Amino acid sequence: MAENKKPFSWKKLKNQFLDIVTNPFNMIVFISLVLLIFLIAVPLIRMLRTTFVLAAGELRRVQKTTPDAQVGDFTLYYWKYLLTGKLAKANFFTPLLHSLTIAFFVTIVAVPLGAGLAWLMVRSDLPGKRWLTLGIMIPYMIPSWCKSMAWLAVFRNNRGGSPGFLQGLGLDIPDWLAYGPIAIILCMVLHYYAFTYIMVSGSLRSINSELEEMGEIQGASKVYILRSITLPLVMPAVLSSAIMTLSKSIGTYGVAANLGLRISYYTLATKMHDFINTGSATVGYCMAILLILMASGTIWANQAFIGTRKSYETIGGKGGHSTMMKLGSARYPIMVFLGIFLIFAMFVPMFILVMETFQIRTGAGYGPDNLTLYNWIGDMKDAPRDMVNYPGIFKNPEFFSSLKNTVVLTIVGSVITAFCGCLLGYITSRGRGKWYGKLVEQLVFIPYLMPAVAFAAIYLAMFSRKIGPIPSLYGTFTIILLATVVKHFPFASRSGTATMMQISTELEEAADIAGASFWKRLGTIVIPLAKGGFLSGFLLVFISIAKELDLIILFMTPSTRTLSYLSFIYSKEVLPQMADAISVVVLIFVLFSYILSNLATGADIGKSWG
Amino acid sequence: MSKIELIHIDKYYGTNHVLHDVNLTIEDGDFMTLLGPSGCGKTTTLRVVSGLERPQGGVMLINGKKAIDCDEAFYLEPSKRGLNLVFQSYALWPHMTVFDNVAFGLKIKKMPAEEIRKTVRNALERMRIGEFEKRYPNELSGGQQQRVAIARAIASSPELLLLDEPLSNLDAKLRTDMRAELKRLHKELGTTIIYVTHDQVEALTMSTKIALFENGKLSQVDKPMDLYLNPNNLRNADFIGNPRINFINGKACIKGDMMNVKCSLGEFNYPKEDWTNEDMPAGEFDCVLGVRPEQIKIAEEPADNTITATVYAGQPAGSETLVTVHVGGDELLLKQIGIAEYDIDQEVLLKIKPDRFNVYNKETTRLIKYSRNKKKAKE
Repeated sequence: MAENKKPFSWKKLKNQFLDIVTNPFNMIVFISLVLLIFLIAVPLIRMLRTTFVLAAGELRRVQKTTPDAQVGDFTLYYWKYLLTGKLAKANFFTPLLHSLTIAFFVTIVAVPLGAGLAWLMVRSDLPGKRWLTLGIMIPYMIPSWCKSMAWLAVFRNNRGGSPGFLQGLGLDIPDWLAYGPIAIILCMVLHYYAFTYIMVSGSLRSINSELEEMGEIQGASKVYILRSITLPLVMPAVLSSAIMTLSKSIGTYGVAANLGLRISYYTLATKMHDFINTGSATVGYCMAILLILMASGTIWANQAFIGTRKSYETIGGKGGHSTMMKLGSARYPIMVFLGIFLIFAMFVPMFILVMETFQIRTGAGYGPDNLTLYNWIGDMKDAPRDMVNYPGIFKNPEFFSSLKNTVVLTIVGSVITAFCGCLLGYITSRGRGKWYGKLVEQLVFIPYLMPAVAFAAIYLAMFSRKIGPIPSLYGTFTIILLATVVKHFPFASRSGTATMMQISTELEEAADIAGASFWKRLGTIVIPLAKGGFLSGFLLVFISIAKELDLIILFMTPSTRTLSYLSFIYSKEVLPQMADAISVVVLIFVLFSYILSNLATGADIGKSWG
Repeated sequence: MSKIELIHIDKYYGTNHVLHDVNLTIEDGDFMTLLGPSGCGKTTTLRVVSGLERPQGGVMLINGKKAIDCDEAFYLEPSKRGLNLVFQSYALWPHMTVFDNVAFGLKIKKMPAEEIRKTVRNALERMRIGEFEKRYPNELSGGQQQRVAIARAIASSPELLLLDEPLSNLDAKLRTDMRAELKRLHKELGTTIIYVTHDQVEALTMSTKIALFENGKLSQVDKPMDLYLNPNNLRNADFIGNPRINFINGKACIKGDMMNVKCSLGEFNYPKEDWTNEDMPAGEFDCVLGVRPEQIKIAEEPADNTITATVYAGQPAGSETLVTVHVGGDELLLKQIGIAEYDIDQEVLLKIKPDRFNVYNKETTRLIKYSRNKKKAKE
């Protein structure tokens, strides 16, 4: 009765208005929402619109069929060109087929591999688990493009004139093995299996072994238990990782470019890059949209089909004791086999990669007459070969400017990202169940759905022009930083949310009652308690940015190069020793950061994204 | 020292109506307990009083001054309401020492450092945890943390102290100790206390008044013993008391100034002065008798008021013995003081005091006849 007949009152309106405006939290939410919409939703919409608007570059071609066409008209030209034009097969359908082939094979190899390894490491009594686990996890720390460099170091043939290790041994390595789909698939498998491994081993650990023991008491055999109890329980995790692997490998750029472009084997990501750099950027944007649709489609499918059933996690006991499955007489053979596999898949290629940096001629053995430090510290005048245009990397100003760019980008980027992550985490955790909490959560999730290279395309489309007071950012460090920060939002804010969820709202309420203002509460309660979470979030983002190639490659200009890009172009210029030396530097930088973050915070690298 | 008036308070979470038109006055110096099962709205009421939650409808007065007026969207800030709150989780700041935890609010009030030290020490001493002032909360046991939380709340000398299930995380012995402690604290400080609990023993032992909640509505506000003796409906009768009250179905009929009740324990007549103000149906109607387990004694010898029963099972527990008996198809639980052994299927004599029984109208579930103790207490 009372609620229907409330009289209108200016006083009420005034109080409500003051309440909203004077609450700093509301202002923070408002500003964050505006920024998120500007940085995430608007670029996406603008890029989509660009693909339907005629640009000056294509004006004359379009005018052939429609003479009165003007720049800025609505047009389907770009989409038609891509999907139904004369070159549609070469431009779109073949790369699409390649992308799908790669994604499919990567998934069906990497997922069973990762899941099998996870079961062996978590559930079986395999000897030497400590070392094997380390061996399994290290590949995940190595950037995927570094793996493709290592592949080249081993399998490169004479095409381009710098043979790899095997060619040097006198084996004739055919193109189909050295470059192209097989090479790409194997390199990506060796990267993404760790993804499945982390998810499935987490899921396996959460299963109370009493569930399996109950099966044993009922008289089930081990295989039967595995099939009818263990597998169904971890199935959500397996399917989830399959879909993540699929969506991530569809859009991968670095590996596909490094191993595919030499024989003109294009995937969607590399073809898109080609269009944006050298052809019609707008057609490239069309491809970026398709790439985003495919990658995000699979993730949505994951959420729709598996998301709801993921609640199996509640079954997890308190960990407690967990009995191991006996492998019996197969224990040692399995261990030896795994050891050899890891050595050949990881350590041998890395060794060859490192050794190549000391070689004068690649593939010519490790005799003293072929070893040199030139690639690291040589001066131009001492060049041991004719075709070298650069001094050793530590004498090369290009290297130092790239190093500086990398370090600045990594540090500034990860500080900003981690800070934003905590802020967004604060909003989502305090706004749980409220409209703004949900909206922030969803906006922040969008960059996750996009392949890095497509995300970069969006930013290029948006910020290479002047928008209002913001000048064109094309070729600036700012655009790289901006893209890097926003692309890492999902991850940073997830870690930030986890941190903030641990700080009970009651701690803040207690301070509120004691009379502390919002800023005082933030300063004396929230920030001191979030420090640890901030640090681990910072380090994980730091590592991820240091490894990054796909995201930044579209933005590169000579003054903004980073180490990963420099290595990539040296590899393209057939200077494998230099390229390798730079990847070794990056590798050391990344591994060192991992060790540091592990020591500093006990942060789990499993939380980092590949 | 504070008088709190809640007037027509309505609170929704989304479409979920959690407080229905709550009207409650807490007198200055009261120890008011909000009692009820989980999800009944008692904690929400406490949070509305504290200012951490905002209701959508109603008015709240503190000492006659408006603290909430929903029609004007006016909500006084929590820190300006002169109250302090002890959380169920204690909500001690883990990165501050015990001293800093207690001193936090005083520092915000810009109290001089020397005075802060004195006030904090005083509060810690009162809670008998003076020696822990340099420790961090995670270095203390649950009971000690509890004391810190209370010390923090009383350090600012609030006029109103709010306690949200403060004892629920303690073990049974500590809980009994803390009950005594809180009761003393209330007397010594003289503050008004609002105490939320789902534990009726806490409510009955400590409060000066109990507000019983049910599904977001206030269902009875009374002094503890009045609530125990005369719960105003069947559900409250069932909720209050441990072991729980016995319900016996019967038939009642109003004959002039007498209420005639027939049941398996016999036939009783109650005079008008024992009746409540409920409307009485005409003719014979179904009723339910509420009989507390301690209101029936097992008699040694037959007498006027005795009836025969069969023992179903006995449960001696040292200080008391619970006995389940069957009488004419009804099952009754009795509570006897001291140790006694009863055989299964043994016949015993029950000595009943019909005046003490509650009678409820089965259809409306409302109390229609007071327990006689109530009358005596009143006179």
